[in-house]
Amino acid sequence: MIDVRNVYKTFYSRHKVEALVDVSLQVDKGEVVVIIGPSGSGKSTILRCLNHLEKPDRGDITIDGILLTDLKTDINSVRAEVGMVFQSFNLFPHMTVLANVTIAQIKVRGRSREKSEQITMQLLHKVGIPEKANSYPSQLSGGQQQRVAIARALAMQPKVMLFDEATSALDPEMVNEVLDVMKALCREGMTMVVVSHEMGFAREVGDMVIFMDEGRIVEVGTPDKIYDDPEHERTQAFLAQIL
Amino acid sequence: MDTLKNLLHNPRFRNILSWAALAAILVGLVIGTVQTTRRVEYIWRWEQIPRYVLFKESREIVVEDNATVKALDRAGSSTVIVAVNSYGEEQYYNLPKDMIEVAVGDELKAGDLLAKWTKWKPGLLLRGLVLTLEISVLSIILGIIIGLITGLARLSSNPAPKWLAIGYIELIRGTPLLVQIYIFYFFVGQVFSLSSFWAGVLALSFFAGAYVAEIIRAGIQSIHKGQMEAARSLGMNYYLAMRYIILPQAFKRILPPLAGQFISLIKDSSLVGVIALVELTRAGREIGTSTFNYFEVFFTVAALYLILTFTLSMLVQFLERRFAASD
Ligand SMILES: Nc1ncnc2c1ncn2[C@@H]1O[C@H](COP(=O)(O)OP(=O)(O)O)[C@@H](O)[C@H]1O
Ligand SMILES: [Mg+2]
Repeated sequence: MIDVRNVYKTFYSRHKVEALVDVSLQVDKGEVVVIIGPSGSGKSTILRCLNHLEKPDRGDITIDGILLTDLKTDINSVRAEVGMVFQSFNLFPHMTVLANVTIAQIKVRGRSREKSEQITMQLLHKVGIPEKANSYPSQLSGGQQQRVAIARALAMQPKVMLFDEATSALDPEMVNEVLDVMKALCREGMTMVVVSHEMGFAREVGDMVIFMDEGRIVEVGTPDKIYDDPEHERTQAFLAQIL
Repeated sequence: MDTLKNLLHNPRFRNILSWAALAAILVGLVIGTVQTTRRVEYIWRWEQIPRYVLFKESREIVVEDNATVKALDRAGSSTVIVAVNSYGEEQYYNLPKDMIEVAVGDELKAGDLLAKWTKWKPGLLLRGLVLTLEISVLSIILGIIIGLITGLARLSSNPAPKWLAIGYIELIRGTPLLVQIYIFYFFVGQVFSLSSFWAGVLALSFFAGAYVAEIIRAGIQSIHKGQMEAARSLGMNYYLAMRYIILPQAFKRILPPLAGQFISLIKDSSLVGVIALVELTRAGREIGTSTFNYFEVFFTVAALYLILTFTLSMLVQFLERRFAASD
């Protein structure tokens, strides 16, 4: 489903930052991959490359058989197949929850308003907040906002979902309500790449954990292997810090 | 003594005191103005002013030759008088109905009255006000369009539109509006054979456009970049994301500075008087030269500008309240 081969990405702002160095990874359909690593290790950058918010300098990314790094590829249509959930929710504050979830269905997928609203209500039921359809994002708690953001991404019926620290900005008591929605998605067979330090989540539904450091993939393994018996020193040091 | 102190600390009393001070200052201003004009022995003639806003025009139509009225033909809102002169030639006078002073068979001498009526007509000030309004509204609309395009070009990562936009903005902001108006009138106007009206409107539009572009750019940049990323990650292209996600949010923040810009534009439109457009200020000057009532005329002109700018402020406040509803 996802095939990343030898991807490099360097930023030149004040300093030269090698955000990704020779990163390769494969994710099969229905697999859940969890990426961990210290801040600045390139986790967000790899996710952003997967839906082309960031363009790799070198290397190839293929999603569902479509080569993203090919100039001829219509990036917008690929993006519609890859849902993304951000740490900071990024709901559209000038729209109601209903409008947040319907807008792209109507404008990008070309669905009718009735059909879009019907799908939206189903999704809001699924993430557990149908009663908030007519509220504005500022009237919701962080956990509720993030669940709307998940519904908004799912409304495009994506083949892949990307989560970038989806629970890091939440108060502790709201983390579980979002994780529960994510776990339910995993069980339905969604292909997911999740940047998260929630070990419980990784152990419960993760097929593979990737440890990144300084733009490189340092270690890959099953959750139990990585958490209980990491091979690399840097992985051990990192886990010792967060656990 | 203590009661006075208490009184001075009473918020209600202090409130009344500050309103009284305000009133005193205003009264003082009026008295001062009147005293000053006395010193220069100015004779106020406010009664001269209304006719420059609206005046009653009386029209009298007289017959050209000695003639006999042969017929009165009604046609809609007008009546045609058919008169036959001494050579047997028919003459036609197309006049408003109900105002006719003659009947069929009347024998008329040259110069006799055929019809008489009065009509309200806009005076120079009112026509100037209307022209100012037309120029301002057109320049505001064109200024928004130019500003939006330039603002987006300015934010583009493509160097061609970006640097064109920067060049245009710097050019406009670095030269006096008066000079720009002359250039649009003498150069652009000649090359594209524009009327002075359109030369004036375009000069003001391009002037406003440069400032609007900067306001729009700042507004768009003030929207968190996560909004654009969320929109793009849903598969929206640049246009859709701008149209439905970024610009509606930016608009709310842009509105106050934009209103300030357009109020300036209404006032700056007084400069197009130099290219033979008799807008409000120029109309005031022309009335001043013929009546020497400069004081009354320019107080009136100022009041008319205030009406325009105040209406615009009110309109913007209304819009702001409408858009604030979603926060
Ligand atoms: N747009 C950018 N411009 C410059 N540097 C960036 C940009 N995006 C990310 N970086 C840098 O790239 C490195 C990796 O960032 P990121 O992928 O966000 O790390 P993580 O998500 O693992 O914390 C960091 O050093 C970060 O400062
Ligand atoms: Mg990150």
